[in-house]
Amino acid sequence: MADVNITVDGKKVTAPAGTLLIEACKSAGIEVPSFCYYPNLSLQGACRMCLVKVEKMPKLQTACTTVIGEGMIVSTDTPEIHQARKGMVELLLGNHPLDCPVCDAGGECELQDMTFSYGAAESKYIDAKNHKEEQQWSPVVFFDRPRCILCYRCVRVCGEGMDVWALGVQNRGVSSIIAPNQDDHLDCEECGMCIDICPVGALTSGAYRYKTRPWEMKHVGTTCTHCADGCKTTLGVRRSDTGMEIVRGDNRDKSGINGDFLCIKGRYAFDFAHHEDRLTQPLIRKDGRLTPATWEEAFELIGKRFREICDQVGGHAIGVFGSNRTTNEENYLLQKFARVVLETNNIDHHRTADFPALAAALTGKPEITASMRDVFNAPAILLIGNDPTEQHPLLAWQIRNNVRLHRARLYVINSQPIKLRRQAASFIQIPEGSEGKLAAFLAGEDAAIDAITTEEVSRAAWITLRDKLRGEPNLVVVFGAEIRGADIASVAKLTASIQGAKVVCLGDYANSRGAADMGLYPDLLPGYHRVADTGKFHEEWATVPRAPGLTLPEMVEGAKAGSLKALYVVGANPVEQFTIDPFSFSNSFVVVQDMFLTETAVIADVVLPAANAYEKSGTFTNTCGDLQLVKKAGEVTGTKSDFEMIVRIAGAMGFDVRRLVPFGRGVGTDMGQSRGAQSGEADRHAVWLEANGLEPKMSSFDPMAILDEIQRLVPGYDVSRMNILAGNDQHTTLSSSGPGALHDSKLIMPAQDNLFSSGTLGRYSRTLNSVIENRHKQPAETEVAAD
Amino acid sequence: MKFSDQFEARFSDMLTHYPTKRSVLVPTLLYAQDEVGYLSPDVIHEIAQRLDLTELEVSNVISYYSMLTTKPRGKFNVQVCTNIACMLRGGEELLDHCKTKLGIGHKGTTPDGTFSLEEVECIGACSWAPAAQVNYDFHENLTVEKMDKVLDEYRKN
Repeated sequence: MADVNITVDGKKVTAPAGTLLIEACKSAGIEVPSFCYYPNLSLQGACRMCLVKVEKMPKLQTACTTVIGEGMIVSTDTPEIHQARKGMVELLLGNHPLDCPVCDAGGECELQDMTFSYGAAESKYIDAKNHKEEQQWSPVVFFDRPRCILCYRCVRVCGEGMDVWALGVQNRGVSSIIAPNQDDHLDCEECGMCIDICPVGALTSGAYRYKTRPWEMKHVGTTCTHCADGCKTTLGVRRSDTGMEIVRGDNRDKSGINGDFLCIKGRYAFDFAHHEDRLTQPLIRKDGRLTPATWEEAFELIGKRFREICDQVGGHAIGVFGSNRTTNEENYLLQKFARVVLETNNIDHHRTADFPALAAALTGKPEITASMRDVFNAPAILLIGNDPTEQHPLLAWQIRNNVRLHRARLYVINSQPIKLRRQAASFIQIPEGSEGKLAAFLAGEDAAIDAITTEEVSRAAWITLRDKLRGEPNLVVVFGAEIRGADIASVAKLTASIQGAKVVCLGDYANSRGAADMGLYPDLLPGYHRVADTGKFHEEWATVPRAPGLTLPEMVEGAKAGSLKALYVVGANPVEQFTIDPFSFSNSFVVVQDMFLTETAVIADVVLPAANAYEKSGTFTNTCGDLQLVKKAGEVTGTKSDFEMIVRIAGAMGFDVRRLVPFGRGVGTDMGQSRGAQSGEADRHAVWLEANGLEPKMSSFDPMAILDEIQRLVPGYDVSRMNILAGNDQHTTLSSSGPGALHDSKLIMPAQDNLFSSGTLGRYSRTLNSVIENRHKQPAETEVAAD
Repeated sequence: MKFSDQFEARFSDMLTHYPTKRSVLVPTLLYAQDEVGYLSPDVIHEIAQRLDLTELEVSNVISYYSMLTTKPRGKFNVQVCTNIACMLRGGEELLDHCKTKLGIGHKGTTPDGTFSLEEVECIGACSWAPAAQVNYDFHENLTVEKMDKVLDEYRKN
């Protein structure tokens, strides 16, 4: 669009036609205050805080609803404007309880800021304030009515942003109040967006309220540990008796791929860290019982047993099972441990999507993987299978808001009437299990049409749809785990045939894509290279076994037959998730690293208490392939990161850990003065060194040493280290990956999590459990709260 | 929920008058209220479904308009105006008289369900103040005696 020139406070500002005055001012660094205006939500014009003077217009104008026009001359801060805003604040404070000293929002409250800016401390009102008791609308949402300033942000974000429409405004004028959809409580997705967006403390979080003050916390921006979308969540941490306690999760930073969004898990489900069942010391089975032991004892025992088995039978008698929630560095290190230390390819993980088949379909071709950001900006989206609203909340948010804000065309094809059909330009229901045939048909295989033609959807309708999709340049194709194996090639073919089109494969759990990329497969090395063709891994690692190892079912069979002598499980619960007979491993030496005594941990001979992803550093790769930094926020005394434990076990086996973790490399340099005139130099050097992966890795427990190796050896991971360290997402690619593989589709088992569950981890979150319990309760028979 | 044929005819006609479905909400609510007497949860549910709205949105609109009610009213809804013209000519006395006579207050309903009483804003009958409205019928130039007659007349019906 053409640019428009305006003058704001004597400054020349140029912005595209159609820009709102408040945004144009912001782009010039001039802040116009507002309560009701919120970017990307519909305009309200309710709070009258953004009043500005536009020359030749008779009265003050609301900058949030005024579109800029050529030659406009605007003043944003004159005595008249100041007085108007002060008047507004005074009215808002008329019935405001001014309970800032106990209010959760105190210290980060927009009304507080405005009161300080415009100084309406004295009121002309002498009437008694209209007090109402605080209401609990759900386990996580509390409403304090007198604090509300009726900006309607919560109503709009819930309806427009989330498509939940659980909040509304009852009554009129001074008696207007925000009301939940079920008389006195909410029936909603419990995302907590309304709490984050509330400019005051009217909506507060059940998990955080009255716990601490914003300035008493340290705020750490890290990547969420739940689903595979990779939202950035800001964790507020505070010192506690047992380390650092995470008190709050929210999204104040908004620089992540999720922008404004966080779901219930990202916002509230960090409380598993302080669950009473959390393990904080190693356990060793003595006389049949798991007994507390020291770390030294535990490592020594594991090292000795693993060494014995390797020496007497060989590494092929040990199975290793990795995790979808550990960092890339840990996954990489674990498979390297298996292959280099144990000298076996017996390594597997809980596969939730067929990433090797995706790599097989995309390698050697032009890059067509989409990032999570592309889903928000694409002009059209085709969604096959999955239910993103439940399983990929961020993806659903991106799709929904792309449709709303950019009028993207959404095509949904699913065996179930999923919620996203409400945004779809076209929704087609197909028989369950016919997703593969659908992909084949869309890719041009006409014979496949029979399997998807039903009474409701005729052949002609399918052909029309296919033609329409072919005419959608820059389409983003998103598909769920319903499509596996060779069918993925059809999706890739369809995508490649459309100009500018890109593809997303949906897996579950925070780092399932990372686990796949890092080679937690018995037949694939990192970057989907086949084990028979070790190439540069052979050069770096010296010894790599070339025969494919055992998959999990084969490990179970091996254990039953007595050929698998040991099982090493890191951050996973296969016994429960694959319903394995726990007695299968009765004669094997089982080592489990986990936070809790899971179904798998109870059968172990040694259990090592692990730190979770909020308690360590590294990187995660989301399901789209976006690489992001994981930063340490919390800490629980008595636990260790999986990274450290793997290295310690290798060390205890008598292995030279320098061959496992390439630490001690980098530059040995005088880091400069820390005081005096040149003091800043050291910091600047450090930033540069770190950005280039050259900072000295002082110990074998430094995940960055392994990130160096990942960036060197895993195709597609040679992204900007500077951006990763700065907390930005960097898209990895698959076009230069190894050849991948077509695995047995039965090995893939989607997690089937919903909004309120999160695998084994979710069971230990009180918040998630309380929300689930609350939803089963019958709605209370009470008078309308919104009186 | 079943409405009369007349309601259905009006409803389907109204749908053609507006660019979006939700726009017919207010008249639909008013017609439904005339037919059922008040906007019961069933009515709200039905209308929300027909117009693709949430029940919350429908009750938000109802709560905004004082003419719409979610509580049953008497057979005759006596609305006494107390805005400026009526007030100057005795509207408030009229309201007080109705309160005493009917033994109910603002927004109250007599135990036999015959009368409801409401103090309302201007009903547009200032030239004939003080005025009152009973359901959709106007009664003008009222005095306490005239009001008694009006109420007695309704009571007979």
